[in-house]
Amino acid sequence: MDFNLSKEHKLAQELFKKFAEIEVKPLAEETDEKEEFPDSTVKKMAKIGLLGIPFPKEYHGAGGDNMAYAICVEELSKVCATTGVIVSAHTSLCSSPIYEFGTPAQKNKYLKKLATGEYLGAFGLTEPGAGTDSAMQTTTAVLDGDNYVLNGSKFFITNAGKADVYIIIAMTDKSKGTKGCSAFIVEKGYDGFSIGKKEKKMGIKGSATCELIFENCPVPKENLLSTPGSGFKIAMKTLDGGRIGIAAQALGIAQGAIDCTIAYVKERKQFGKRLSQFQNTQFQLADMQTKVDAARLLVYRAAKAKDSGAPYGAYAAMAKLFASETASDVTRRCVQLYGGYGYTREYPVERMMRDAKITEIYEGTSEVQKMVIAAALKVN
Amino acid sequence: MKIIVCVKQVPDTTEVKLDPVKGTLIREGVPSIINPDDKSGIEAALSLKDQYGAHVTVLTMGPPQADAALREALAMGCDEAILLTDRMFGGADTWATASTIAGALKTMEFDLIITGRQAIDGDTAQVGPQIAERLNLPQVSYVEEFKCEDGKLFLKRQFEDRYQELEVKLPALITTLSELNKPRYMTVGGVFDAYGEDKVKTISYQDIKDHVDVANIGLKGSPTRVFKSFTKSPKALGQFHDGVTTDQAVELIVSKLKEKFII
Repeated sequence: MDFNLSKEHKLAQELFKKFAEIEVKPLAEETDEKEEFPDSTVKKMAKIGLLGIPFPKEYHGAGGDNMAYAICVEELSKVCATTGVIVSAHTSLCSSPIYEFGTPAQKNKYLKKLATGEYLGAFGLTEPGAGTDSAMQTTTAVLDGDNYVLNGSKFFITNAGKADVYIIIAMTDKSKGTKGCSAFIVEKGYDGFSIGKKEKKMGIKGSATCELIFENCPVPKENLLSTPGSGFKIAMKTLDGGRIGIAAQALGIAQGAIDCTIAYVKERKQFGKRLSQFQNTQFQLADMQTKVDAARLLVYRAAKAKDSGAPYGAYAAMAKLFASETASDVTRRCVQLYGGYGYTREYPVERMMRDAKITEIYEGTSEVQKMVIAAALKVN
Repeated sequence: MKIIVCVKQVPDTTEVKLDPVKGTLIREGVPSIINPDDKSGIEAALSLKDQYGAHVTVLTMGPPQADAALREALAMGCDEAILLTDRMFGGADTWATASTIAGALKTMEFDLIITGRQAIDGDTAQVGPQIAERLNLPQVSYVEEFKCEDGKLFLKRQFEDRYQELEVKLPALITTLSELNKPRYMTVGGVFDAYGEDKVKTISYQDIKDHVDVANIGLKGSPTRVFKSFTKSPKALGQFHDGVTTDQAVELIVSKLKEKFII
């Protein structure tokens, strides 16, 4: 078993780190304070290929893999979790299902522009009444001539309003339950498709999270992804991949908090000593880094499994469960080591603590991850 | 247009720490980077490629590990990379380095050679100009701005207190300053391409032996002798004279300089 990154992954990591430090970190505080989507950063990321990492060159991707993609989300999230989730939702939740389930025509039309970052992507599964119980879909799609007509709404959608392309799950046959769900590629600007209210969130404040509203929205039938009735399966597969991205985001948040805290405790003096000289500080950080390293191994294992074509759903669930809970725990403990200053918005750790919480909730709560893992264990 | 950029892999001196006992540099664990002036040279070549179309080759002389610097240059957009490596090249000073690189360049086609002004580890600024001399090429060092028109370069050459505007016909060699530009990032696609197939060509002594005098390469071909390395001791604290008039100050300074036999 090789625990070292390959040469290309190391070089890619060097690129991500440098980009994050120079282009992303200086904007992180303002992005959070003003709750502003970092449009300029997205353009810069597109230019160097961060929005199409795991897709082949044939579709204008970088020709990289999921490992490189996970490292990218990790490095971005170390300094700004908002930027991390923009890349994750775009890549895992929109580009990936088109790559995995799309026709050559759909890939040519959409994936190429998504991979170069000309288009930004989003994904709509969650509804007001269908969160963790995502099978309770009420959005409908009815075939009418050459179009499916969509009606309903989607909630808590990352990149909403900023995205050009959306993967939308809707019921084409209610009588069949989850087997009556279908997935559609919906473009911004389609008649009857509008963006609803923007959520006021605790963290990842720069990320655009809004409602999507469909009122008699015609979607060309060639924009159906795969076959009618395969939407729920596509959604679940998509979320399996998405969990690698969110796990990497959580990992980055946790490591970013530790990195800031180590620098801080070396400077801050109390009782005539630097905080770093107290054994409590040392033990806390040793404990935190051990957990973060364990999370990193889980995240990389899941990404490697996906790259090798092996089943990875349970690995991704374990990675997300552990990395997200680690992120929440580590950021909370980092705030504690900062003391009163850590509670102020002058220092980044309170933002990291607020950002960490969502990783335990979106793309499947921790409880959902446990359901996935238990199912893989065939416990029931 | 064919452009060759010569680069050096150097320890990142911003990360170098001093051994407090021995007073020497601790190189262990220090990351290696492309020398900053050389990176500007790469950017200069790539921007010419963007504007006019060009084939950009990056070349370095060094141990096999210098391969990493070449892969980075490829990931930035260079088309080809050459690693000059051989035990016989080891221990070279600027004279031997320039003669080896010039020997390799004699086997290649080029319109323009770009080197960085100087490396942050040696700070000599000698290799670029020596390569030009060995190849009998016109050279312009310390280039802070340039453009290319009708097979000619129009350049601004930096001095401490002024600059020169020059025009030079190709083929030529220029040495670039990091102020020249802001080097672009690698691209992710570039990273995977750089390692995707073997894009780095290795050149050893055998490949260039007809173009280089063995007496001018490696440690044996290096006339530079280091007599002693030492860390400069800190200067004694200066003396402060408050409340003196200008005339008194002049008198004081002159008497001190005379006392030390400086004037």
